[in-house]
Amino acid sequence: MGKNLYDKVFEKHAVRKLDSGQYQLLMGLHLIHEVTSPQAFSMIRERKLSVPYPERTFATCDHIIPTHNQLRPFKDDLAEQMLIELEKNCAEYGIRYLSPKSGEQGIVHVVGPELGLTQPGMTVCCGDSHTSTHGAFGAIAFGIGTTQVRDVLATQTLAMGKLKVRRIEVNGKLLPGVYAKDVALYIIQQLGVQGGVGYAYEFAGDVFDRFSMEERMTVCNMSIEGGARCGYVNPDATTYAYLKGRDYSPQGAAWDGAVKYWDSIRSDSDAHFDDVVKIKAEDIEPMVTWGITPAQSTAVSSPLPAADSFSEQDRPLIEEAYQYMGFAQRAPLKGQKIDVAFIGSCTNGRFSDFEEVVKYLRQSGKKVQAGVRALVVPGSQKVRERLIEAGYDKVFTEAGFEFREAGCSMCLAMNPDKLVGRELCASSSNRNFKGRQGSPTGRTLLMSPVMVAAAAVSGTVADAREVFAIQN
Amino acid sequence: MSDSKRNLITGPGINLDGNDVDTDRIIPARYLRCVTFDDLGEHAFEDDRAQLKAAGQRHAFDDPERTQARVLLVDRNFGCGSSREHAPQALMRWKSGIAAIIGESFAEIFFGNCVALGIPCVTATQDEINKLKGVVAKDNKLQVTVDLNELRASAGSVSIPLSIPDGARKQLATGRWDSSAELLEGSGETAKRAKELPYFAHWRA
Repeated sequence: MGKNLYDKVFEKHAVRKLDSGQYQLLMGLHLIHEVTSPQAFSMIRERKLSVPYPERTFATCDHIIPTHNQLRPFKDDLAEQMLIELEKNCAEYGIRYLSPKSGEQGIVHVVGPELGLTQPGMTVCCGDSHTSTHGAFGAIAFGIGTTQVRDVLATQTLAMGKLKVRRIEVNGKLLPGVYAKDVALYIIQQLGVQGGVGYAYEFAGDVFDRFSMEERMTVCNMSIEGGARCGYVNPDATTYAYLKGRDYSPQGAAWDGAVKYWDSIRSDSDAHFDDVVKIKAEDIEPMVTWGITPAQSTAVSSPLPAADSFSEQDRPLIEEAYQYMGFAQRAPLKGQKIDVAFIGSCTNGRFSDFEEVVKYLRQSGKKVQAGVRALVVPGSQKVRERLIEAGYDKVFTEAGFEFREAGCSMCLAMNPDKLVGRELCASSSNRNFKGRQGSPTGRTLLMSPVMVAAAAVSGTVADAREVFAIQN
Repeated sequence: MSDSKRNLITGPGINLDGNDVDTDRIIPARYLRCVTFDDLGEHAFEDDRAQLKAAGQRHAFDDPERTQARVLLVDRNFGCGSSREHAPQALMRWKSGIAAIIGESFAEIFFGNCVALGIPCVTATQDEINKLKGVVAKDNKLQVTVDLNELRASAGSVSIPLSIPDGARKQLATGRWDSSAELLEGSGETAKRAKELPYFAHWRA
């Protein structure tokens, strides 16, 4: 029986077996940002350790950076201090810092792929759970904690056990108005937020074969929301076309050698999987979360589920979610008034995410409803630059959206972009946890960027297929 | 290394009910704006605590009788969401410091972060955990013992079997959960493996 990609890449990076039975695993690419790295550098200093492979670590700032006004010093002293620490640490240890001045700054999971740093057959880690995003390239990519960031800085390795691998095939053709985000939310709804614990996910099938790299990134990004520490797609011609010519992609004669390596780590046609799940693309509708975990979602056209349709064990959390959100069981979510609309994040902050929205804003000529605060936050400076070159920034601002600077923004409440009180936000981000968007009582509805735009122009949760007359 | 062994942990227990408790709830993101972990303890579950208080209820971490607690009892998929190590750091710095967690299951990154800090996260069935929670709820001074050699947790008249992946169990029980030294020992082999990877030097031979 053949091997899957996870096993092949793991074997190529396993340095040795440790006494505990775990493996010492070499990290091919280490990404750091300002939130989870300062304590790691402090530990390096305390223990008088060195950083032997600084050329395999890259830094950016994304979580705390304001998206309205990025002039230094930041108004928030704590944020300013964190950025100073990052700058100091990178300078001291010879780590390349993709600073705002470089024009290459952005969300770590947007800039890694954009610069060609993320490549097939690599191990990729970062002190950030959405590192699973990089699996879209056929890399084994996962989030780690700060103590592990220390270990990677000091040794370029981690102590890790092997995961099982579940292949998730989505076959058929997605319906009009259904996007990668809907596929991600549907998978999590079907398998649950802890369904992936102990697994790496291999995403496959017609739908993933046809997906662009940016669509693959959206789904891999949310692997962790389904409990899977990493998720990947086998590299193919789409992957290679994306990588060709990027700053850190292999150049000239090295390219052919690279493609050979990348082809070699694809799952074999007779590869073993610990589990296989098959999903029909046609079953997926535009999705919206209604609760406080990413699995608590519904097709936008369906009424909200009744608590008694869940198992007894799940019911307390369902009831807690209804209480927190203030929604009624069995009621439609469509028509629910929203206060904020946010398009951005490491899930949906890439060029094609915005381009798709622009298409429908132009076609419909619709404007953001009065009373709705609508934010467009590009995932990186390069994404922002491309949007401006295409004139899309004007489409957004003329439609009533604020067009911001690059950063994590309203995904996670560590910068000035936050919900206020019990505001309800239609959001293209990845987490609808209680308090996630900055107000301890704020409420988040996760959905695709086009669905966020439909909500923004309707002032309520809406079915984008109706609002924008989306057909085939 | 004897003081780093985590084979036997004893202390009063504290019960926290609810599935899928995420790390944003354990430590809200605004407290991640820091360059040290030192002051996180007091902010553990801050928003959950405030909301229950506003509703006239009390969060377990606000129970003045439970400030000596060392063993946290939780439900399913505890620690899901963000990779922030700030979550276990907040728990280990809260009051007397949480030193072990017993739950039905744990999120993967949270579990790994806990191992790296020497905090065992051990699992048991829902029924068994409820038995343990039952006796802990009745007596705030009752000592809960987590034994990683015997893989049992006991408190008063209750004793339940525990599970933990063997690699993590060995690391914790033998005091080798701080993996830096062991990983550094492999630096020669690491360099060799790195040379074998075609991409490691940015595709320059």
